[in-house]
Amino acid sequence: MAIVILAVLAGLLLASGAALVLVAGFELSGAAPATIVFAILAIGIIAASLGVVLARHPVRSALSLVVAMFLLAAMFATLDAQLIAALQIIVYAGAIMVLFLFVIMLLNLQEEPRFTASVNHLGVGSVAGVLFLLAVGRFFFGRTGATVAAGPGGPGMGAAVPADFGGIVPIGERLFTHFLLSFEVTSILLLVAIVGAVVLAKRNLV
Amino acid sequence: MTPLPLNWYLILASIMFTIGAVGVLVRRNAIVIFMSIELMLNAVNLVFVAFARQLHSIDGQVMVFFVMVVAAAEVAVGLAIIIAVFRNRETVNADELNLLRW
Repeated sequence: MAIVILAVLAGLLLASGAALVLVAGFELSGAAPATIVFAILAIGIIAASLGVVLARHPVRSALSLVVAMFLLAAMFATLDAQLIAALQIIVYAGAIMVLFLFVIMLLNLQEEPRFTASVNHLGVGSVAGVLFLLAVGRFFFGRTGATVAAGPGGPGMGAAVPADFGGIVPIGERLFTHFLLSFEVTSILLLVAIVGAVVLAKRNLV
Repeated sequence: MTPLPLNWYLILASIMFTIGAVGVLVRRNAIVIFMSIELMLNAVNLVFVAFARQLHSIDGQVMVFFVMVVAAAEVAVGLAIIIAVFRNRETVNADELNLLRW
């Protein structure tokens, strides 16, 4: 059963990759191919996210999350964020999820039994999730009225981006000029995280 | 390549965020809770990238860069904590990790 789900997700991954290659390779533009690619990726991402939450074995959750990361990287690539897409695969799917899987296998976690409680946690959680989605999503549909601006502003999604948008040079330039302080503080944060992880995982904390 | 409206990306990100939030609330395994938090962070990354595309501002993608770095640091430390707790209590079930209760 889980194998079937994972196979379907892998198939979606391959289909979205193939669609991306076909669309970009043949220089197709316009609404229809982009909509198809977005639909495939969106369905895959939602299915993978549900797989993370609903899977009973932690390894299956982790693998579903890996699939979600890959599909999200593809979606970043369609949004002219090529460097971020590459970093998503290298950092998130290639380092963070590998760390998750190492820890799951180190702790030798097994498949969990079904929820056994007087309250149906999944039912209550789903209802809460739907309410939350309604509360958040009501901002995303057309708002009319004189006091509300026409939209988020800016050039918009349809306008062509400047050349090399989302490439290494614009991001690097911004990172090392305007965000230099944040960059340096982040490197200190990483050092602290490394030291903390090594100390916390030692066998006897002396 | 994308003449798709911004709302679609925001709705997809909010669905992802909701699924992650429900996962944090419903699941009892500490590592799966952690993975649901990562799902929420990825939803926020999608919002940042979509708005960077909408406003033609590269700052959104730089923010995603920082979010990824902080997420990596947080995952390393968090998993080290879970390993340390597992060594003492032999469980990662959030219901049984009640040492700090009054």
